[in-house]
Amino acid sequence: MSQLVPIPAPTAVPARRGVISKVVHDPLGVISLVALLLIVLATVLAAVLAPQDPARSSLDDIFAPISAAHPLGGDSAGRDLLSRLLYGAQVSLLGATIALLASLVIGLPAGLIAGYYGRTFDSVSSWASNLLQALPAIIVLLALRTVFGPSIWTSMVIFGVILAPGAYRLVRATVSGVRNELYIDAALVSGLSDTRIIARHMLRVVRGPLIMHSAMVLAICINIQAGLEFLGFGDPQTASWGSMLNEGFLNIFQAPQMLFWPGLALFLTSAALALVASSLRDALQAGAAKPVRRRSVKAPPAGNGAVPSDALLSVRDLRVAYSGGSVEVVHGVSLDVAHGEVVGLVGESGSGKTQVALSVLDLLPTGGQVTSGAIALAGEPLLGRSASFLRTVRGHRIGYIPQEPLSNLDPSFRIGNQLSEVVRVHLGLSRAAARDRVLDLLARVGIPDPARTYRAFPHEISGGMAQRVLIAGAVSCDPELLIADEPTTALDVTVQADILDLLRDLQQEKGLGVLFVTHDFGVVADICDRVLVMRQGEIVEDGPAEAIFDTPQHDYTRSLLGSMLDGRPARLARVKATGDGRA
Amino acid sequence: MLAFLTKRIGAGLSVLLVVPSLTFLLMFGNAANAARQILGESATPEQVAAKSAELGVNRPLYVQFVDYVGQLFVGDLGRSWFTAEPIGSLLASRATVTLTVVIGSILVSTLLAFALGIAAALRRGALDIALQVLAIVGFAVPGFWLALLLVSNLALQLRLFPATGFVAFTASPGQWLASITLPIVALMVGAVAGVAQQVRGSVIDVLEQDYVRTLRARGLPSWRVVAHVLRNASAPALTVVALTFIGTLSGAVFVERIFALPGLGLAATNAAVNGDVPVIMGVVLVMTTIVVLVNLVVDLAIGLLNPKVRLS
Repeated sequence: MSQLVPIPAPTAVPARRGVISKVVHDPLGVISLVALLLIVLATVLAAVLAPQDPARSSLDDIFAPISAAHPLGGDSAGRDLLSRLLYGAQVSLLGATIALLASLVIGLPAGLIAGYYGRTFDSVSSWASNLLQALPAIIVLLALRTVFGPSIWTSMVIFGVILAPGAYRLVRATVSGVRNELYIDAALVSGLSDTRIIARHMLRVVRGPLIMHSAMVLAICINIQAGLEFLGFGDPQTASWGSMLNEGFLNIFQAPQMLFWPGLALFLTSAALALVASSLRDALQAGAAKPVRRRSVKAPPAGNGAVPSDALLSVRDLRVAYSGGSVEVVHGVSLDVAHGEVVGLVGESGSGKTQVALSVLDLLPTGGQVTSGAIALAGEPLLGRSASFLRTVRGHRIGYIPQEPLSNLDPSFRIGNQLSEVVRVHLGLSRAAARDRVLDLLARVGIPDPARTYRAFPHEISGGMAQRVLIAGAVSCDPELLIADEPTTALDVTVQADILDLLRDLQQEKGLGVLFVTHDFGVVADICDRVLVMRQGEIVEDGPAEAIFDTPQHDYTRSLLGSMLDGRPARLARVKATGDGRA
Repeated sequence: MLAFLTKRIGAGLSVLLVVPSLTFLLMFGNAANAARQILGESATPEQVAAKSAELGVNRPLYVQFVDYVGQLFVGDLGRSWFTAEPIGSLLASRATVTLTVVIGSILVSTLLAFALGIAAALRRGALDIALQVLAIVGFAVPGFWLALLLVSNLALQLRLFPATGFVAFTASPGQWLASITLPIVALMVGAVAGVAQQVRGSVIDVLEQDYVRTLRARGLPSWRVVAHVLRNASAPALTVVALTFIGTLSGAVFVERIFALPGLGLAATNAAVNGDVPVIMGVVLVMTTIVVLVNLVVDLAIGLLNPKVRLS
């Protein structure tokens, strides 16, 4: 309904090579492009294709039935419907193009300037674009018709102005997204003028998203123009889809079929444009969320019988793969964590250590799946278990401490709310009891004013405090096992030491088994009993912490330790001095 | 929250001041020969001058403007140039009709769109593909064509619904519902498609967030996780609902003509045909007020849902 359906703006992606080839290889893209081409061809060749002059009327042909002479029949004045449909397309496409050009002439430069320079111009034009969108477009068109006259073309220029904020916002967002990229800095440093940079770099970046946007705008314009003509604001002499619908409406009792063809033409043209836009969008944002079936069926857990039951956590020959099993990132990892033992899983980023940790919780990212292996908690298999069973394990028997403190707290809920929810679910506590328990926990993890933090939103506390909150959340239901995924990596060095102290204290106090994922041997030295070194999805070294530090067997371990030597002399010195991983 | 509210109210007031003022200056600035248009070519210059004086369009523009604003404060929107009806009371009854249809359509479509969008984001697969198709169809299908097809098939052929007219709720609730059903359906399709698409997108975005994994890692039941996701995903979705509301007001102009509903849109269409400037001016004023109020309600809802918004 001529609704300005918000067009999802693509994230700022530099126009890549191959966008066209991607569109051409997308079947929907091809079909819609061909359809669009046919519509344009039919429009251009209207004079050749039309059976007769669209304005010629004949008394014999009033409401003429479908015949060879009139493939779609005749209208109330005995004019040929097919001819009017073909000539009407010219009006629609021309009007839409006029509106599109008007919107681009205003929106593109304004967006470039606002996105590139920002500041005053940005806020003024953003305000103006808000104003333009405050009224229903059709009301503005009706009001301004009394000012600027009844021409449909004038109305389409005005409509283009009304739509300009869309182009403006898109260009502005795209440009300001790229504005701070290094290659723009480099261009500035090398002395290119702003004009050159805008012309060379910014226009290129904007091009793809803007073409996509334009296709959507054309569709909107075609519909609103037909709407205006339908209301009787077009040129009554000229054949157009909107005026044909108006005639159909006036004769809805005698000839309702007259409503069908012009509406279908409108719908097909808009749909083709929208499909081209959507195909372009997919090509521009390769990583966009497309409809995919989420795989819920896991490979049957193999070799569960071989899992020893004395370990707290046992992982056997675990394999994790992405893209439907075609890309394997963990190639048969086995490990054990005994009750009260702290096991470090060490490796550089991309070594698969986090994948192992998340597999235990059955929380691999979308697309990832365990393809084979076995995981057991205190002898009880975890793989392939029901969602409700896993819910009783997660949070209750296994606590999870994530890496980034702030992104792991729900920004919309108060901290106390997020923590008490967990203890209420698992321990069945009342609201008041849950609150008391959470306040105790917050105090236990070293938060100075638990009551204040309980009421706070995540954005009101520091990263170090947030990590303490997450630790409180992980241990809130007294789990047996803690999975800590780089819990100190995102923190300042001074805070890191405090958090490690806290984790060590909690571990000893509660006798927790811990699987400690990290890339940092300094952290390993501080807290771990045993160390597993992971590389490219495999465990390359496994042993007591002190043994790994004193006599690393694998070249990779030595190079990891060596890199720590460069970056962390003080801590290594401490490791060497105590000759022991644990303080 | 107070600072946030003050800011949003300020923004709303600035729109409410600027948009109608600009419209007034544009329309009345051009109304010098309105009298000639109303009286026709045969009128004598004296008659035209008398009519101009009667309408007040012979006065300087700023005098007309100050006068109009002054009258607004006593609730007077002026009189129609053609029927001399007071515009205030004319539009009051018409706003009821428009708002009934538009708010009805927004409520139903928002509920439906959230349900569809959430389901598509959580389940993906066939439902998700169906939503993509609906998004394209809902975007591309001209709403007024849909309304025409509904009238032609369901009202005229099958006689399931009345084809025209509005029945007040107080007169007959059953007939009231029948009279607004088809208009609401015609207005809904595009709105459902647009909002559902946005809900789906935001829910998928939120599902990818670290904190959702952490919530799952704490063993919360799915519905509790969904509640967290929904609260975070609803702000962008509600922004789209506000935009859709404006679009639906546009759509109401067509739907009111097709179903002969005596609403604001039909008043604007008829006034535009005649060049009845004060009536269009009144419609602009009323619609701007409605839009500003709706935006304020949506901003308030977003502020309540998302504590970060309240601060910025």
